[in-house]
Amino acid sequence: MQVREPYFTKVFKPAVFVLAFMPLVWLAWGAWQEELGANPIETITRSLGEWTLRFLLLTLLISPLRRATGWVQGVRLRRMLGLFAFFYGTLHLFSYLWLDQFYDWGEIWKDILKRPFITVGMLAFLLMTPLALTSFKKAMRKLGRNWQRLHTLIYPLTMLGALHFWWLAESKSRLAMPLLYSVLLAILLGERVFRWLQKKGAWRLELPGMLRRS
Amino acid sequence: MLIKRPDDMTDNDVTDFDVYQRRRDFLKTLGGIALLGASGLPLMAQAKSTFSTDEEQTPYKDVTTYNNFYEFGTDKSDPAEYAGSLQTSPWSVTVDGECENPGKLTLEDLLKPHSTEERIYRLRCVEGWSMVIPWMGFPLADLLKRFNPTSKAKYVRFETLFDPKQMPGQQRSVLDWPYAEGLRMDEAMHPLTFMATGLYGKNLPNQNGAPLRLVVPWKYGFKSIKSIVKISFLEQQPATSWGRSAPGEYGFYSNVNPEVDHPRWSQKRERRIGEFRKRETLMFNGYDQVASLYSGMDLRKNF
Repeated sequence: MQVREPYFTKVFKPAVFVLAFMPLVWLAWGAWQEELGANPIETITRSLGEWTLRFLLLTLLISPLRRATGWVQGVRLRRMLGLFAFFYGTLHLFSYLWLDQFYDWGEIWKDILKRPFITVGMLAFLLMTPLALTSFKKAMRKLGRNWQRLHTLIYPLTMLGALHFWWLAESKSRLAMPLLYSVLLAILLGERVFRWLQKKGAWRLELPGMLRRS
Repeated sequence: MLIKRPDDMTDNDVTDFDVYQRRRDFLKTLGGIALLGASGLPLMAQAKSTFSTDEEQTPYKDVTTYNNFYEFGTDKSDPAEYAGSLQTSPWSVTVDGECENPGKLTLEDLLKPHSTEERIYRLRCVEGWSMVIPWMGFPLADLLKRFNPTSKAKYVRFETLFDPKQMPGQQRSVLDWPYAEGLRMDEAMHPLTFMATGLYGKNLPNQNGAPLRLVVPWKYGFKSIKSIVKISFLEQQPATSWGRSAPGEYGFYSNVNPEVDHPRWSQKRERRIGEFRKRETLMFNGYDQVASLYSGMDLRKNF
């Protein structure tokens, strides 16, 4: 299952790029048409937050998808998807700083210290920033092996993002969506842990090469 | 551009300002009469309650489409979408507990002795948003007195209908069904405490708690229980649904209080639906006249 060149570069990737902007277009259109309900600002903030999480999950989906289906081209979409996660995360943060707090820094600082769901949300964004800043090729080359190490931050930061959503939902009442995202994340991370254990197990047992799982 | 003045007109021909003004007043009166005629006589017959606010009212559409009524789902839009399945007629209310005249009343019998009045109240949700709603109804005290509560009656407990067929949200255990709320007797008897049967001059839409709901404007919205089927006079403080669900987050009193934060968010400000900027939340939601009910109480502990 591969998209033929030059269609992948000329059509497929640009199409994904345009598609990834659609949530923002939809929100802007909804705000313009006054179709975001009685509390449009809440709708905007929540939607931006959910899209951040969705793009993080999509980014994490690329590698398992390659291993499961052999679709290698996905890797060439990964940076873009990750940057969209950062893009929506930034908008989500600013909708909070501006539309929710109106840049009352005292209140914001209190919020970060006092409310765990804000604390983990901020932390997740903080961890996302260096990844976005080192996403270009030059940084990759310069950092070498450390680039790989640095970018494993996506695992804890996505977990923090899911936790942020989980803690926001009211106790016992609106957990359906946070639960869904957590389950998806658990599957994506679980696949990696499973592979890692397999690999480790194979090394420990020092099986002959032909029996070792690749 | 050349502006030509008709030369047969003098200053004397210009309408006198006084006459002009009176003509405007006349038109306004005419318009007013037409409006009142259209809105129906009941509104004309009653004077505006001194308890009412003259703040801008939240549009009917927002009041009836942005609701927390978990019996129909946990999204704000769910009640408007799904509350059509609620049968509000026939309806009856059971009154029991520490009173001399307990019984089960049909809605008609319950409402008969009361004339309805309008109360325009602020409603502050614990989630940090607020509305201004013109309710129709009558003081809760007038209703409670009919049952002669005894000296043992220290609290009043209210219960919402439990029927998962009519209220599909009850098929999931998001809360401890049936929804239950309570007030201390003096809170229940306070003249601000209101039994609503309508809003904006119409019968209550199902999503707003038809046919009968409580409105306690100085407390967070979840205290104002909807679609009531049972009222009990009690000696002990009753458990409430939200209190059971998260004791550390929802206290029995739940008075609007900008100084006491909800564990997961600040209560200092609120977004009035329809407004861009947030406003400062007022103590007791601006209903200072209830402060004496809580004199000597630590409102941080009794949140």
